[in-house]
Amino acid sequence: MSLLEIKNLHANVAGREILKGIDLSINSGEVHAIMGPNGSGKSTLAQVLSGRDLYQVTAGEVVYNGKDLLEMSPEDRAREGIFMAFQYPVEIPGVSNLYFLKAALNAVRKHQGLADLDAMDFLAIVKDRMALMEMDQSLLNRAVNTGFSGGEKKRNEIFQMAVLEPKLAILDETDSGLDIDALKIVAAGVNALRSPERAMIVVTHYQRLLNYIVPDYVHVLAEGRIVKSGGKELALELEESGYVGLEGEAA
Amino acid sequence: MIERIREEARQRFSELGFPTTHDEDWRFTSVAPISRTHFEPSGAGTLPAAASQAASGVEISRLSQANVEPYLARYASYANNAFVALNTANFEDGLFIHIAKGAVIEEPIELVIQSSANGHPTVSHPRILIVAEPNSQATILETYTGNGSAYLTNSVTEIVAADHAVIDHYKLQTESARAFHVSTLQIQLGRDTNFRSHSLSFGGGLVRNDVNAVLSEGCECTLNGLYLVNGGQHIDNHTSIDHAKPHAASHELYKGILEGHSTAVFNGKILVRKDAQKTDAKQTNKNLVLSEDAVINTKPELQILADDVRCTHGATIGQLDTEAIFYLQSRGIGLADARNLLIYAFARDIVDRIKVASLRAQLEKLLLEKLHGTRN
Repeated sequence: MSLLEIKNLHANVAGREILKGIDLSINSGEVHAIMGPNGSGKSTLAQVLSGRDLYQVTAGEVVYNGKDLLEMSPEDRAREGIFMAFQYPVEIPGVSNLYFLKAALNAVRKHQGLADLDAMDFLAIVKDRMALMEMDQSLLNRAVNTGFSGGEKKRNEIFQMAVLEPKLAILDETDSGLDIDALKIVAAGVNALRSPERAMIVVTHYQRLLNYIVPDYVHVLAEGRIVKSGGKELALELEESGYVGLEGEAA
Repeated sequence: MIERIREEARQRFSELGFPTTHDEDWRFTSVAPISRTHFEPSGAGTLPAAASQAASGVEISRLSQANVEPYLARYASYANNAFVALNTANFEDGLFIHIAKGAVIEEPIELVIQSSANGHPTVSHPRILIVAEPNSQATILETYTGNGSAYLTNSVTEIVAADHAVIDHYKLQTESARAFHVSTLQIQLGRDTNFRSHSLSFGGGLVRNDVNAVLSEGCECTLNGLYLVNGGQHIDNHTSIDHAKPHAASHELYKGILEGHSTAVFNGKILVRKDAQKTDAKQTNKNLVLSEDAVINTKPELQILADDVRCTHGATIGQLDTEAIFYLQSRGIGLADARNLLIYAFARDIVDRIKVASLRAQLEKLLLEKLHGTRN
C-alpha cells in the first residue's frame, strides 16, 4: 500500500475551484516533483495536504498511511509524520526558535508514546542538524523566522524538517527567492534526508531545483489537474518547451 | 502632623465625592459599584507586612514612628483625586521605607498587602512612602493579593528618589475576582535618577491604577505595564509623565491581553513643560483582543509646550495571527498550546524586562494559569 493516495481531489478557495480532480499515489522512498505554471494549483495541493483551513475540500479522498488524512487536524497530520516546508515561512516574534522546535519535537514524540527529550539530548540533535544546514547557532536563540533573510528562512524550514524527521515531506516552492549558493545548501540538506522510509513532494515552478534534488517522478499540474507525468527527464523537457501547450491537455 | 493632613483630606473628599463617568479621567470607568457599597474598615491584617528583613542601608518603620513630615502626602495630591483623599484620610498605619545615601540594596524589598473579606464588604487603605537618598539603589516589590468576597483595596504609594538614585518598582496585583482595587503610585524623581516601574495586573473585578511620575533634569523613567483580563473584569490604567525639566527620557510600554467580555482602558498622559527641552518621550500601548466581546479604550494625551523634543506614541489593537497559529500547528503543536504560545510571546517583552527572577517565574506561572483557566 502506498504512503499517500490522493483520489479525485477537488478543493476551493473563497468559493473558486482550484483543484479539479487530482489523482496521485506516492510510496515511501520516492521523490515526486510537482511542476506547473503560476496558478495551476501546486501550492494549493501542498496546503490542502497540510491542513490549511483556507481551503475547502469539496470532493475526493486522501489516504495517508492507511488513515483518512482529510479528517485530521493540522497538528495531528504533523504528529503522524507530515511536514510542509512553507513557501513563505511565518515570522513569530517572541517565540525563540529553540523553544519552538522543542515544543514541536516533544509534541510529535508524545504522539508516538515517547518521553520528552532532555535538554542535552535535544541540543545534541539540534546542533547536528544545524551543521547539516550550515546554519549559525545564533539563529536558535532568535525569534522564529523574525528578521531572517529569505535564505535563512528556507534553510530554517529544512532544518526543522531534519529535526522532526517526517515520513512525508512537502516542499512548497522552497527554491523561490534563493540564490544559487543558498539553493545548493538547501538541496544538500534535502538530499541528506532522502531515505527509503521517507517520501517527498517537491513543488516547484522551475526545473533548476531539480538539478540538485533529482526526483523519481515528475508531474505537471495545469488548471487544477495533473496533465502529464513522467520520469526526471520530463522536467528537462519542460525547461526546453515551457508550460505552453500543456494547459490544453487538461481539457 | 498626620492628623492635620488626615483632616484636610477628609474635608477634601467630602467636597469631591466619588468621581463619575462625567469626569474626563473616569470616563470609561464607573466606580458606582464602589460608591454604592457600604464598606467596613478591615482589621489589622491588611497592613502591609514588614519586609522579610531589612538589609543594611534600609530602614523600614511605621509611618507613625518616623519623621515623614517632609514627604508624606506632599506628592500624591489629595486635592483632585478622591481616592487619594480617601486613602489619606483613612490610611491605617502605613510603611516608611528609607534607603540611605549611597546604599546599594541587592535583594528586593518585598511587601505583601493581603486583603480578605468574609461576609461584610471591607476596605483597606494601604499607604507606603519610599524615600531613596542620593546615589542609592533599590528594588521594591509590592504584591497585592486577597481572597473572599467583595472588598476594596485603595492604596497610595509615594516614591521620592533623590539625585542619582536607581529605583526599580514592581507592583503585582492578583486580587480576588470580585475585589475592587484602586491604586496610585506617585513618583518624584530627582536629577539624573533612573526609575523603572512595572505594573502587572491580573486580578480584581474593577481595577484602576494611576501611575504619575514627575521628572527632573537628566532622568530616565521607564513605565512598563502588563494587564491580563478575562470574564467580566475591568481594568483602567492611567499614567502621567510630567517632563518638568530638560534632558529627561521616558519610555512607556503597556501591553494588555483581553478575553471574555472584559474591558480595559489605557490613558497615557505626557506633559512636556516649556523649559523641558531635549525631552525624549516614547509611549506604546499594545492590546491583544482574544474575544469578540472584549473592549479596549486607549488614548494618548500629549501636551507639548517645548519645541526641541522628541515625542512618539502609538497604540495597537490586534488579534492572534492565524498564519502563525497554523505554522505552529503544522509542526505538531496543538491549537490550544499554539494560541497560548503566541499570547505568551505577546507578553514576553514585558516579562523579559523583569529583573527579579522569582517574580519573572511567578509571572510566567500566572500567565499560563490564567490562559488555561479561560479555556477550560
